[in-house]
Amino acid sequence: MLSFVAQRIVKCVIVLLAIIVMNFFLIRLAPGDPAAVMAGEAGASDQVFVDQLREKFGLNKPLPEQLLIYVKGVVSFDLGYSFRQQAPVSKLIMERLPATLLLTMTAFAISLVLGIFFGTLAARWAGTWADTAITVVALIFYATPLFWIALIAILLFSVEWDWLPSFGYETVGANYTGFAHMRDVGAHLIMPATTIGLFFMATYTRMTRASMLEVKRLDFIKTARAKGLKDGVIQRRHVLRNALLPVVTLAGLHTGTLIGGAVLTETVFAWPGIGRLMYEALLQRDYNLLLGVFVVCSAMVLIFNLITDLVYRIVDPRIEFAT
Amino acid sequence: VMLKKLVMSIALAFCLSATAGAQEPKMGGTINAVIQPEPPGLNLAMIQNGPTQMVAGNIFEGLLRYSPKLEPLPELAESWAISDDAKVYTFKLRPGVTWHDGKPFTSADVLFSVDMLKQTHARARGNLTQVEKVEAPDDLTVVFTLKQPFGPFIGIFEVASFPIMPKHLYDGTDYKTNPYNNAPVGTGPFMFKEWQKGSFIHLVKNPTYHDKGKPYIDDIYWQVIPDAAARSVAFETGKVDVLPGGSVENFDVPRLSKLKDTCVTGSGWEFFSPLAWLWLNNRSGPTANKKVRQAIMYAIDRDFAKDVIWNGLGKVATGPSASTIKFYTDDVPKYPHDPAKARALLKEAGYTGEKIRLMPLPYGETWQRWGEAVKQNLQDVGLNIETVATDVPGSNQKIGDWDYDIAFSYLYQYGDPALGVARNYISSQIAKGQVFNNVEGYSNPEVDKLFAEGANATPDSKRKEIYEQVQKILVEDVPVAWLLELQFPTITHCKIKNLITTAIGVNDGFRDAWIDK
Repeated sequence: MLSFVAQRIVKCVIVLLAIIVMNFFLIRLAPGDPAAVMAGEAGASDQVFVDQLREKFGLNKPLPEQLLIYVKGVVSFDLGYSFRQQAPVSKLIMERLPATLLLTMTAFAISLVLGIFFGTLAARWAGTWADTAITVVALIFYATPLFWIALIAILLFSVEWDWLPSFGYETVGANYTGFAHMRDVGAHLIMPATTIGLFFMATYTRMTRASMLEVKRLDFIKTARAKGLKDGVIQRRHVLRNALLPVVTLAGLHTGTLIGGAVLTETVFAWPGIGRLMYEALLQRDYNLLLGVFVVCSAMVLIFNLITDLVYRIVDPRIEFAT
Repeated sequence: VMLKKLVMSIALAFCLSATAGAQEPKMGGTINAVIQPEPPGLNLAMIQNGPTQMVAGNIFEGLLRYSPKLEPLPELAESWAISDDAKVYTFKLRPGVTWHDGKPFTSADVLFSVDMLKQTHARARGNLTQVEKVEAPDDLTVVFTLKQPFGPFIGIFEVASFPIMPKHLYDGTDYKTNPYNNAPVGTGPFMFKEWQKGSFIHLVKNPTYHDKGKPYIDDIYWQVIPDAAARSVAFETGKVDVLPGGSVENFDVPRLSKLKDTCVTGSGWEFFSPLAWLWLNNRSGPTANKKVRQAIMYAIDRDFAKDVIWNGLGKVATGPSASTIKFYTDDVPKYPHDPAKARALLKEAGYTGEKIRLMPLPYGETWQRWGEAVKQNLQDVGLNIETVATDVPGSNQKIGDWDYDIAFSYLYQYGDPALGVARNYISSQIAKGQVFNNVEGYSNPEVDKLFAEGANATPDSKRKEIYEQVQKILVEDVPVAWLLELQFPTITHCKIKNLITTAIGVNDGFRDAWIDK
């Protein structure tokens, strides 16, 4: 098992390096650079000013040299400096990471729990009206654009009924501590987490349902029934456990994407997370910050994939740590 | 002999506070305001984007403030005098002013700021090229000596144009990595307290502010809410009290204005006087032909844009100067919406359907819609228009590289044609790679000469004559197609009183504001 993990980590590092190099060139393909953006915002610009900025940002050096400097930095865990925000990139990312993790992990939990729950029910009652109802509702959440659900939720729960706060991470200026603070953050978390959660729930519902129906037809289930096991035990121990494998695969892939993929939700709910940081860095061509976020997100995806592989083994003891 | 005319503006300051009405300001309370987008930093000497100006205007101060009519008012300078030859400006600084860290503010800070701004602030550097020397005969006196008279000089000391920086924290440091960039120390009515990136910036009352008794409110939270609809909701639900100009999409303004206890004002933009126009490439393509450019002016229905897209806010522009800045005249050739005339001009110009690229401004829905309206206007008179979509950096790059035919833009005018108008039309401002100068490539020796004379002429009556002449020439030549004098409404809950008192509105800090509880 150890050598399996070690090998996977080496692979991850190689993939990560490849991602860095590719991203480095990709973002420079977009027109405009940070110096142009900042000179533009100054409301006045002259060549001296733009040149000064380029020199300051190291943009006047040849591209390969810039890349080398960057990779050297990353290898020593230095993600560089955001000249735009006048702060180290790692500091900017670390400030935002907790909020993003809280949001995405909650959303992830919501989607997984609800998804598997409803998927199981739908499989159990396959072909009945309940099955159809679950499927239709899940598909509606899946097909509706996230930001629309978010806006409607705000209109209903914040404007119309005034149950939940419409934006932010906490009540600004309230200075809550302890339990009151947790409750406050929780209230702010409900809408964004549910919005994302419902979207991903649909996939898990469908996947769980299909997978369970497939497993149910297999011979060992017949055997279990023939043994006289109770239906609940069969469903839980034999059907669900085997049916979960594809769901785990999917969940592993989703977790990674969720980190950087919550841009829309974070924007609508003013959630101070990584997604927004990335989007703003992109609009401002804040190269170092953008690359830094990419590196962190890619690392997250890789780490979660690794975890997924490990979880496989727990869910299905038949899988060995073959490499 | 240098006869000093002392211009005391205390009377004017009294006028301003009188506008507060009969009500006595109440102390205390918190103002929640929207800031959008989140500023990249708060060091006004180095970052000049709108949100930075808005927040940092509470923390830093300039030597002067300006009334809505652009008359200078005292701030860090309590009085000033201009010599008869209009070359020597003597500022008497306010005594007893301290920085937020308790250190005294003196003329040394002003001298230091001049040096720092020359390195870090493109606009200030441009203005300071007129200065031969700056001296500080004592702790509370600063003397600027100009190379030659420069009409708008008294107008360059607004807080964002000329922020006074603390020498003791910046002198000898690397400006770009100075830790005080993100925890700024100024002399202003509010002090920096906390910045939670992505959420809010918290400013608190400066208890030792030099204008005794002010500020009235205890603190300000500038809240970062990236989605325009969510900003509207935050206002509707009472979570924020102030939506500075441009915080919500224009089509939401009429709805919000009608809400209970909601006050809307268009004032507080007099100094900036944002003027929107279309850059027309004067170098190549169909727009190089003056007749085509004139046709474009006739083709565009600017009243429609004002009434529908901007919900009746603003004013149709008559030429290169906004009507709110100095030496404006409307005695210029007129271009009413006249598609027939536009078609005739295109025919005369020999236009045969060459493709013309139109680049809208990527600043959100309002600008997108305006781009569509203009495209339709231009197509209606037979121009072959293709829209080019891009984001802000892309747009800046394309305009700076002159890689466009028609492109939307709007720029501030800073109260005086020498500061905010000349730069877009004189030949010396043609320099590839930069936005906001003469990117259209218009070159007219007569216009160059008039703008040069206008900047240095005395007295103002002479300047007026020159600028009226240059406006006529430009409007005849249509180097760019002027659209609207923009108005960005500030929307507040009516309990917030006296928020906007000067020509830079919300950017001037909330020292006069109070909450009627």
